[in-house]
Amino acid sequence: MNKTVDSSAEELMARRRSALDVERVRRDFPILHQEVRGKPLAYLDNAATAQKPESVIRTIDHYYRELNSNIHRGVHYLSEKATEAYEGSRETQRRFINAASTKEIIFVRGTTEAINLVAQSYGRSRLQAGDEIIISEMEHHSNIVPWQLLRDQIGIELKIIPINDAGELKLDVYEELLNERTKLVAINHLSNALGTINPVKTIIDKAHAAGALVLVDGAQAVPHTAVDVQALGCDFYAYSGHKLFGPTGIGILYGREELLEAMPPYQGGGDMIKMVKLDHTLFNDLPYKFEAGTPHIAGGIGLGAAVEYVNEIGLDAIVAHEHDLLDYATQQAQTVDGLRLIGTAKDKASILSFVMDGIHPHDIGTIVDSEGIAIRTGHHCAMPVMDHFGVPATARASFVLYNTHEEVDRLIKALKHAREVLT
Amino acid sequence: MFDLKDLYQEVIVDHNRSPRNFGEIADADRMIEGYNPLCGDKLNLYVKYDGSGERISDLKFDGSGCAISVASASLMTEALKGKTREEAESIFNEFHELLTAKELPEDIDKLDKLAALAGVRDYPTRIKCATLCWHTLHSALEGKSEPVTTE
Repeated sequence: MNKTVDSSAEELMARRRSALDVERVRRDFPILHQEVRGKPLAYLDNAATAQKPESVIRTIDHYYRELNSNIHRGVHYLSEKATEAYEGSRETQRRFINAASTKEIIFVRGTTEAINLVAQSYGRSRLQAGDEIIISEMEHHSNIVPWQLLRDQIGIELKIIPINDAGELKLDVYEELLNERTKLVAINHLSNALGTINPVKTIIDKAHAAGALVLVDGAQAVPHTAVDVQALGCDFYAYSGHKLFGPTGIGILYGREELLEAMPPYQGGGDMIKMVKLDHTLFNDLPYKFEAGTPHIAGGIGLGAAVEYVNEIGLDAIVAHEHDLLDYATQQAQTVDGLRLIGTAKDKASILSFVMDGIHPHDIGTIVDSEGIAIRTGHHCAMPVMDHFGVPATARASFVLYNTHEEVDRLIKALKHAREVLT
Repeated sequence: MFDLKDLYQEVIVDHNRSPRNFGEIADADRMIEGYNPLCGDKLNLYVKYDGSGERISDLKFDGSGCAISVASASLMTEALKGKTREEAESIFNEFHELLTAKELPEDIDKLDKLAALAGVRDYPTRIKCATLCWHTLHSALEGKSEPVTTE
């Protein structure tokens, strides 16, 4: 081995590690400091939902203790303050993904609702029988089923980009699928089941060249990669708060202003109107046109605090730390007999999905749980991915900024133990 | 305290590693599919009755699942082969009680090897793994043929 290369690689690794003070970060997350099954908790189920830092918990607590009030129409002090905080978070989200205007930032319940909103509002008003929508084989169910529902409602056709055995999109097939009937491409940025980072910029450019719009499902991507919707040029971008260290039940739909302007409301109710008569209604301006009813105010404000937390740590440091951790976990996983990785794309982040010979993922999950380690087992809401790899389920460890090399070591040890228990 | 050994008892590990009565009955009187959509476990249960139609003369299963569901199916086929429908129903009820009754039933010894599955009680998320094959059998005994799911 070349010694110079080795030592410089080590230095690089050391530098990466020092960029993020994991111990300091861990102190920000109160839930991590507990024992589970008599062992220190190792939370490796972040792709399902991430834990919340003290600042988010305090923000929500503060909202209910001191600010709680309905937003937008009140003239009293609390309503003004609550509105200010909620709209302040909208501006924080705008900056986070670099949208051109807060009119393009719609608060929704999460990525699922964002995609359903586009399918029902954009899809039903602008598409017709014979039009085509392209999705991929590696989508989460929430980026499959809304389009199937739309297909059954108006007779569009769904085309699927297949994946290869590394869990990467077959881009040559994608190019063949694009044609003048293609109206929309709906694609995930980072696969929750495989960890693949998709080349969304290329996908968007090709779609636009063919005259199609693009919706990017960013639920899994935003905690792990910087997003600039203007640089990407995407037409819609969706993400959830709870995977981004924010509350559940809140998320964001970004849409280009001119598209949102032309789309009909998704739901009717309070707040989305300017004037209601018994026989007709004048809808509100963007973004409120798409926000019917009292929203999840505490959630919206909490999501603001979550994004501020991520900004404070810095996505560059987060990405470097997670990359280092995933490399280490991938390497260590090879030392477990009979372990097969599901998802070995060149460009990957944060997710280690695997199966083990002769041990069902559910048993893996239970055995590592007895060591205080939380992982997810099942189909990860991506049954077509399971079908592709011919497995009923996988075990999945997923990492974020607060996970450590020591936790990876504990996981690997527990997996070796699982082999002893069951074979 | 949770002890993994209470769940993965030797008899369970053994039946998972070498499931008994695993395979198809070509001339089964009834074939029925059991499915747990949560974990993707799938099993097919084959039942054959004797001439009177009252006694289970052969019982087999195939499919894929976790250690708990495979061992449970294997133990079930062993326990019910040769039993009448009525006896099978009664064991089904006792087994169900073993896993779901508030208090652990006192006379679990009469369930013989099936009692090894009592450890599942401490793992609420895994109870469906152990009961899938039993619900599938229950449906088969009632003469149904549509697939059984745990949800």
